[in-house]
Amino acid sequence: MEFMIQLEKLTKRFPGQMAVDEVSMDIPEGEIVVFVGPSGCGKTTTLKMINRLIEPTSGSIFIDGEDVTHMNPDKLRRRIGYVIQQIGLFPHQTIATNIATVPRALKWDKDRIAARVDELLELVGMDPDVYRDRYPKELSGGQNQRIGVARALAADPAVMLMDEPFGAVDPITRERLQSEFLRLQDEVHKTICFVTHDVDEAIKMGDRIAIFGDDHKIQQFDRPETILSNPENEFVEDFLGSGAALKRLHLRRVRDVDLTSWPAASLDEGRDSLRRKLEEAEGYSFLLLVDDRGRPSRWVSSRDLDRSGEDMSDRGLPAAALVEPQGTLHDALDEMITSNVGCAIVVDKQGVYQGVVDIDTVMTAVNTLREELRGRLAVGSWHAVPSEAVEEARS
Amino acid sequence: MSVTSTDPQLAGPRTDEAEEAPTSALGRLLRDPGRAWSYVGIPLIVLGSWFAVYRWVSGLELDSIEQRWLNAERVTRSVVEHIQLSLIATLFVVGIAVPLGIMLTRPFARRLTPIFIGIANIGQAIPSVGLLFFLALPALLGIGPRTAVVGIVAYCLLPVLRNTMVGLDQVDDKLIEAGRGMGLTTGSVLLRIELPLAVPVILAGIRTALILTVGTMVLATFINAGGLGDIINGGIVNNRTPILLTGAVLTAGLALLIDWLAGIAQEVLRPRGL
Repeated sequence: MEFMIQLEKLTKRFPGQMAVDEVSMDIPEGEIVVFVGPSGCGKTTTLKMINRLIEPTSGSIFIDGEDVTHMNPDKLRRRIGYVIQQIGLFPHQTIATNIATVPRALKWDKDRIAARVDELLELVGMDPDVYRDRYPKELSGGQNQRIGVARALAADPAVMLMDEPFGAVDPITRERLQSEFLRLQDEVHKTICFVTHDVDEAIKMGDRIAIFGDDHKIQQFDRPETILSNPENEFVEDFLGSGAALKRLHLRRVRDVDLTSWPAASLDEGRDSLRRKLEEAEGYSFLLLVDDRGRPSRWVSSRDLDRSGEDMSDRGLPAAALVEPQGTLHDALDEMITSNVGCAIVVDKQGVYQGVVDIDTVMTAVNTLREELRGRLAVGSWHAVPSEAVEEARS
Repeated sequence: MSVTSTDPQLAGPRTDEAEEAPTSALGRLLRDPGRAWSYVGIPLIVLGSWFAVYRWVSGLELDSIEQRWLNAERVTRSVVEHIQLSLIATLFVVGIAVPLGIMLTRPFARRLTPIFIGIANIGQAIPSVGLLFFLALPALLGIGPRTAVVGIVAYCLLPVLRNTMVGLDQVDDKLIEAGRGMGLTTGSVLLRIELPLAVPVILAGIRTALILTVGTMVLATFINAGGLGDIINGGIVNNRTPILLTGAVLTAGLALLIDWLAGIAQEVLRPRGL
């Protein structure tokens, strides 16, 4: 395997205080590695040592096989994307100028910078003509966060460091941005180090997770499913907290399960046709109406259809509770619970209806996960079986 | 809850919250009639009072002393001298205090800060007349415009120095970290991020210094350095109210006009997006 970032016995000692204690880690190319742990565990310090905002006391850092422990830090940082909490956009510069920060430092010519800015705005789903000349305060928190990501991607760095990037936005926007970022990562395939203190975020975002302990060392560094089903020690177990079974739902993406197809029809199909469709669909008391672009719009029952009039656009219940294919089953379950009809609607990038996830789908996935775990336990390849997993396997 | 990104709330232009930022200084001005009035009102008041004094003086029967002071050539010379001295002093103040303020906010010079602030404090704490007379001692600088400029510069250094430091200090550390973390050199971070964001506070300091300078420059007359102080003092020693009043109204009007100009400069130079 090709390792993009390698840390070798990286140590940081502040006067009278240990911050990071001999952390070694190999990060494969194209993966998201999440550093997670309680505050003061050294996760942020480790991240900032990779771009040498904090100089290590001892140890070495290799990026793409090259020892960068002593190279010029400014040159090094221009090769590494950096996204911080609170985003850190420069308020006196336009969105375009903000995004162009690193290309300008690299002395690209003007046309190339302008083209790159537009390309990046498109990439994060914002219209360049609308946003190019705006200032950060004119944008919402979520939009600013996307600009922060676009700015970090500006010079197409192979490595990105993200320090609690979604820490400063509200929970709804946060989950949306997380899913969006995962979709973006599918396109750009960067090697990413990501710091968070939120276990759920770590499980959702990470290809691998490094759990830092109070002793400033890594307690466990592995894939999330392994960490969840087989925590290395008591600290990791405590840190993951209760409800590991529920957390495991973070590991299954909506695109990995078979979607149920709910009876759907077009908004302007006409009342009689809709009523017929609902009668044909046995066992379903609601019909999902989609608009002319195929996006979910309303849930209607037979009672809604009995009322006269042909306009369906404000009848029944709004079709909220949407998830995207790269959302997790945890997201889907969350949506489902708050949904009007007990299922989450799956839509693609353009918002077009794909199918639904209902409680049966989730239960099937839970059973599969449990089977997998049982299979592993039977093989006996685990040296420390967490009690919870055993109980779960027995039931 | 991963909702699709094509949600118009997030992707489209936010008309509800994103208040259209005024695009130009003029635009900002026109949106606020009260402020617009203060921009037109000050020069009107100043020019009006100057005109009133001119009408009053021209209606008087002037004696020979008054004629010696109140003629176009004499008054113009004083006004020009006063403006020259004030501008030169302000240039020195800015030239010394801004770079010094930048230096004192850099990590390597942090420890020196109390010393320089202390010196600047002394400069402002000593009564300006005393400072001027002290500097004018033959053993030091002697009398003349040069001494006046040096004394006034020492007196006006503090506001600019302090505002430069405060302006730079209040820049969010996160922004500096973001800049450094993306590979900007310390110089670029200073030029592109810290200074532009500190401009409003620094300009406020320079505005204060300008007004202080124009006001205290009246004292230059006592060390034979010219300026509008000549006319005021001429009125006092000769016991001639028209002379005294002309000098006083000219000085006050000049200070107001310069403050007005500085206010406009502040408005125009303020970085957009804040």
